[in-house]
Amino acid sequence: MAQTIVFLILAAIILGCAFMAVTTRRIMRAATYLIFVLFGTAGLYFLMGYTFLGSVQVMVYAGGVVVLYIFALMLTGRHDNKENASLSLGRKFAALISSLCGAGLLMFVIITHQFAENSLTAPSEQTTTVKLLGQQLVSSDKFGYLLPFEAVSILLLACIIGGLIIARKR
Amino acid sequence: MELFNMIEGIRVDMTWFLILSALLLMIGVYGFLTRRNTLAILISIELILNAADINFAAFNRMLFPDGQEGYIFTLFSVAISAAETAIAIAVMINIYRNLKNNFVSNLDKLKW
Amino acid sequence: MDYTYTILILLLPFLSFLVLGLAGKWLSHRTAGLFGTSVLGIVTAMSYYTAFTYFTADRINDVFPTLVPYNFTWLPFFDGNLHFDLGIMLDPISVMMLIVISTVSLMVHIYSFGYMHGERGFQRYYAYLSLFTMSMLGLVVATNIFQMYMFWELVGVCSYLLIGFYYHLKPAVAASKKAFIVTRFADLGFLIGILIYGYYTGSFSFDFTNTAVYLNGAQPGVEEGFSKAIAGAGFILPTALFLMFIGGAGKSAMFPLHIWLPDAMEGPTPVSALIHAATMVVAGVFQVARMFPLWIQYAPETLHVVAWIGAFTAFYAAAVACAQSDIKRVLAFSTISQIAFMMVALGVCLPENGFTDNHASLGYMASMFHLFTHAMFKATLFLCAGCIIHAVHSNEMAYMGGMRKYMPITHITFLIACLAISGIPPFSGFFSKDEILVAAFEYSAVMGWIMAGIAGMTAFYMFRLYYGIFWGTENKEYHEKHVPHESPAVMTVPLIILTIITLTVGWCLPGSFGSYISATGTPYHIHLNWEVAGTSIAIALCAIVLATWMYARSTQPVADKLQATLPQLHKWAYHRFYLDEVYQFVTHRIIFAYVSRPIAWFDRHIIDGFFNFLAWGTHTLSYNIRTFQSGRIQQYALVFLWGVIVLLIILLIP
Repeated sequence: MAQTIVFLILAAIILGCAFMAVTTRRIMRAATYLIFVLFGTAGLYFLMGYTFLGSVQVMVYAGGVVVLYIFALMLTGRHDNKENASLSLGRKFAALISSLCGAGLLMFVIITHQFAENSLTAPSEQTTTVKLLGQQLVSSDKFGYLLPFEAVSILLLACIIGGLIIARKR
Repeated sequence: MELFNMIEGIRVDMTWFLILSALLLMIGVYGFLTRRNTLAILISIELILNAADINFAAFNRMLFPDGQEGYIFTLFSVAISAAETAIAIAVMINIYRNLKNNFVSNLDKLKW
Repeated sequence: MDYTYTILILLLPFLSFLVLGLAGKWLSHRTAGLFGTSVLGIVTAMSYYTAFTYFTADRINDVFPTLVPYNFTWLPFFDGNLHFDLGIMLDPISVMMLIVISTVSLMVHIYSFGYMHGERGFQRYYAYLSLFTMSMLGLVVATNIFQMYMFWELVGVCSYLLIGFYYHLKPAVAASKKAFIVTRFADLGFLIGILIYGYYTGSFSFDFTNTAVYLNGAQPGVEEGFSKAIAGAGFILPTALFLMFIGGAGKSAMFPLHIWLPDAMEGPTPVSALIHAATMVVAGVFQVARMFPLWIQYAPETLHVVAWIGAFTAFYAAAVACAQSDIKRVLAFSTISQIAFMMVALGVCLPENGFTDNHASLGYMASMFHLFTHAMFKATLFLCAGCIIHAVHSNEMAYMGGMRKYMPITHITFLIACLAISGIPPFSGFFSKDEILVAAFEYSAVMGWIMAGIAGMTAFYMFRLYYGIFWGTENKEYHEKHVPHESPAVMTVPLIILTIITLTVGWCLPGSFGSYISATGTPYHIHLNWEVAGTSIAIALCAIVLATWMYARSTQPVADKLQATLPQLHKWAYHRFYLDEVYQFVTHRIIFAYVSRPIAWFDRHIIDGFFNFLAWGTHTLSYNIRTFQSGRIQQYALVFLWGVIVLLIILLIP
């Protein structure tokens, strides 16, 4: 029961902030709303018992990515950080209709599909420990994720180099 | 008390998470379609990514609680989105240097 | 005797054509002319040598053998029996033609050196002459009818090129087009004839033994009964031969396909002498002579049709020639008339005594003989005309008259050639024309008298021309302004050489012409039939006297009076009986207006329109589609989203 209530609260925060993030005029505020969405997601992870994932979400996303956004916003000047209202109503309407259609369709698919009757239980029941996670990440056994781990590390390296090359002044 | 009893009977299951992530996805799509500033579009993309992350975790947790696939792929996804953001912001700063603004409507050189 | 060197007779002029055609731009006129002439000199020497060795070699079975010193299969067909060859075949008539072509061509080469002096395109002119000589030689030595057809078309091209030599003059361009189209049209018949012949006999070769196989019904690809039935009906071979004759009629300017030849006189005069009088125009006669064994064995009735066509042409051309005032036109019509004589000679041959009787087929020999002599004296006449035009700068007789004082050599040679063409002994024309008349009388008295009458007309219009140029009223006014002069030696020497040949060829040949060429190949001794000869001489003399009486004086009261009393006749003859107008009417008013124009409309609007519509539609569609690619990323995303939605819906529909 407690899970239900917490889930509902978190869902409300996530959806509400997400909606605000895409509708607000000021981009700085959008970034701020994004932080709350991310926090809400992290809360969901905590609710599911994925505490490490939740903390990663808070640190990397909320702590790293959003800070990047804010710096970028500051770097690209203040005068156009406001969304102009010149976007035509027609296009907004089209986007809205499309999104609602998509959402309705997805909802239809989800509701009509019969999932297993598992329901969310107390977080303490989840047994995934950080130790197990660490072992799995660098193991090459049956449940090991060494290869994706290496792939992601190479990707990150490539992104560092790429970011440097793209952003440097010529 | 009636209400309390009613909520008592409702259990959070897979469908809830999926509905949540579907709505989040569509909000992100709406943002992607309507925002003019590239950074705002990027924020919408982050919303979409988050919806996917929630799905990963929820599938793992609700349907296959013994495995760690969703968990670990969410971790990777967070890492990748961080990298993507870094690159995208680098690109945008470059665009800003050249165009002195960040409006996506100005980025239409790639047409007929 | 090894004759393989004869391939050089074809290759050398071709080489000369290539050199002059490709490098002519960098050669001086003198070098180009000397090069072309000397190459042709070598070719002439080789031709003479070939003729000498060929005719002095021993006969086999009393016949000069048919030699094929060089032959290769060019295009084999499905069953291997039918193939196009290229090669060289030597037999009496091809060797004789070698002499005719190379002699006249060499004379024209030399003559042109003076006549074309300083003309623009001098090198091009010599290149064309070389190409023409090559093609014509290739035509006569062809080993099969297809090779003949090929070179036949080549001479047509050369004729086109040379008639249109002065391509900046509109009449020349029109004349060359006319010549090309008319002969092409006729050549279509030739081609169809070749195809029919090849299909039913399984051979293109001039070795006609296969045709005997055809009669036995055993050729490849055709059922025995079928081909026997066709052979029995006697239909296929005459049809094929007549279609080939249509091609020959086009080249040899038989009525009604003669209309191109008078216009062809727009070309340079030496070209008229070479191509449109002496050599190319007799290709049709040569072709009929080549196919003669088939004609005489399988299609004698059709052959007689050819004779009557020839007779009518001869009469028509002679009648028109009497009224023309342009000297080259007169000569052109006289050429048509004389070629028609040759056709008549071939046509009146009779298939008697197993088709192989020299006497019944006397016309074959007579035709070839006349071809030979005619080539010489007609070349002389044209070259003389060239000298006169060169001196007077006009083709019209009105500007001439009294020219004998100014141009003595031209005068004498022209007179001798006139006597030859009129059939006065001892000039060559007498002997050959006499044989033709004998052959015609053998066929039927009617034909004989018709031809004798036309021979008289020939003498009349030739002497009318002669007096008109060299005697008659002198256009003093014009001549004072521009004094005519005798041509340089380079032009008169060929005249003299040709005149000597004309003088001597009738009686100086060892033996006689018939001992070299006859229908069967065995020697035939020509003995003058004095009855016919006397008649023809008498008619010719009467005609000459009449012409003298009418035209030799400075005023021509009789001729003028005749013209005044019969104005319609003169007008019709002068306008060539309006045949050109008839053609004009048929082609322009009927064919162009009612056939070509609707077809052109259909082509332009329906065929082209369809493709234009395709292009226009594609263009418009893509022009509109391209705006979808706006470069606006959000628009793409929207479309993408809708794509996903639609796909999802499609997948959800059970």
